[in-house]
Formats: sequence, structure tokens, C-alpha cells
Amino acid sequence: MITRSLFDWPASGWRNPLLQLEQMRKEVEQLGSVLLGRQGSRPGMAGVFPALNLTEDKNHFYVRAELPGIQAKDLELQVYGKSLSIAGERKIASEGENAKYHRREREAGRFSRMIDLPGEVNADHVDAQMTNGILTIKIAKSEAAKPRQITVK
Amino acid sequence: MTASKELQLKEKQEVSSSAEQTHPGLVFTPAVDIFETDQQITLLADMPGVATEDISIDLREGVLTIAGQVKPWKKSDEEDVLAEFEIGKYYRQFALSEAIDQDKIDAQLNDGVLKLALPKAAKAQPRKITVTAG
Repeated sequence: MITRSLFDWPASGWRNPLLQLEQMRKEVEQLGSVLLGRQGSRPGMAGVFPALNLTEDKNHFYVRAELPGIQAKDLELQVYGKSLSIAGERKIASEGENAKYHRREREAGRFSRMIDLPGEVNADHVDAQMTNGILTIKIAKSEAAKPRQITVK
Repeated sequence: MTASKELQLKEKQEVSSSAEQTHPGLVFTPAVDIFETDQQITLLADMPGVATEDISIDLREGVLTIAGQVKPWKKSDEEDVLAEFEIGKYYRQFALSEAIDQDKIDAQLNDGVLKLALPKAAKAQPRKITVTAG
């Protein structure tokens, strides 16, 4: 009885809302460290190509990646459950034996990455566009995951 | 045929230049490949997110400057969940040692890759010199 009142502060009737607040605080902290962390080892970075930016609004998730030189036909996107997988290959044309390279900084190769989305999605409404080397994936949230306004009477 | 290797994740390189920008924002160095043949120098730069009208290419006094603006894509009601890369301008300069025929420079932008063909001026094309045994 004593341990309950010490660790389940305040009274047990209020426990659930404050637990959620604590979880939200932790998520905001994690997000803050992802956004503020810069060069060097960024906390929260998966270290897998490609780097992704995930944003959301009320009805959709948006996933964006910088994939220069990759065409839509070389990309494979899959959505299942709450996961999105992006795989593909970047090809760089070889230039023949007469070409002498001064610099070679761009890389070619395969990549494959999976990311968990923070909510349930409707896999039938996924739209992906490739423009100027930027891949934008717009994923509709499932009805259960959309925020619901609750009016207080 | 060798198997393709896996692409490694690289951080975007920020420019550390002496000239400050008038607009605030990040400036990145695009990855480039530069190679030459006898007739021309070709430069390929990865500049994802830059549209054709936002590229500027400048060649004067032997310095080639490529710059690209990226329009922000996030709409105002979107909230960040995960941000692993940032967007900003691209900027890079190269000193060219060859004389370039400026009228024949060709630039193409496809899938976020800029391909710049710089034909060498006629007098800069190499002449093969044959060595005779004497």
C-alpha cells in the first residue's frame, strides 16, 4: 500500500493522464535532440541511406528523401502494417576509357531502408512522386489514427 | 559483372566559405564528378530539389560557380516527426585550368543531377606529339 502511494503519485485515479504526459515529454525530448543535433553523430539517425524527413498533418504522413539521379523505375516502395520500406538502386553511367576523372564524389549502389510510421495508415491511399531527385510519399492516415476533436459541454 | 555495393549514408556537407550570405539559411556542397576527354570537360553535380529555373551557372576568369536554390516543401500545417536531413542552397566553385569555349557550354538538369558540358577551346585541345627516335 505504501509503495503504491509513493510511486503512483498522485492518487491512483489520476494515474493514466499523467503517464501519457510523461510519454509525450519523452517524445518531444527525442524529437528535439534529432532536430538540434548537427554534424557528427546525430542522435536518432538510423545511419542507413537514404536520410528521411517524416512530417505529418491531420490526415497524412509525408516521407521525403533526397534521391538524385534515381528514376521512378529503379525504386521499390512497400507499405505494410505501420512500416514503409524504400529500396532501389542508383546507377551512374560509366563514361568510357577516354574519360580521365578529376573528381569522383558521387556514389552508385543499392539501398534499402525500412521506417516505422507513428500511426496506423490506410495502405490504399499512398501517393509517391519523384521530382527533381526528391521522393515525396504521401500516406493517408487510417481513420482511427486521425485526431478527433472532442467538444466539452 | 560485379554485384552492386550498398550505398552508405553520408552527411550533407555544409559550405564553410569566407563570404557570408545575405539571406539566412544553410548552404551545402553538392557532390560532383568531374572528368575530361580530349574535347570537353564534363561536370555532374547532385543537386536534389533544385528546379531548372533555380540553377545558376557562372564562368568568369577561370572560376566556375554552380549554385542552386531549393524551395522549401513543407506546408505550414505539417509538423516534423523525424528530420534526418536539412534543406538549403547548393553552392560550389571550381578553378578551371583549361580555356573553355563559353558559347558552347551545355547544361542539363535531370532528376536532380546537373550535367554541365564544357567544351575545350580549340587551342586547348591536346595535340599528340610524336617522338621520333633520332
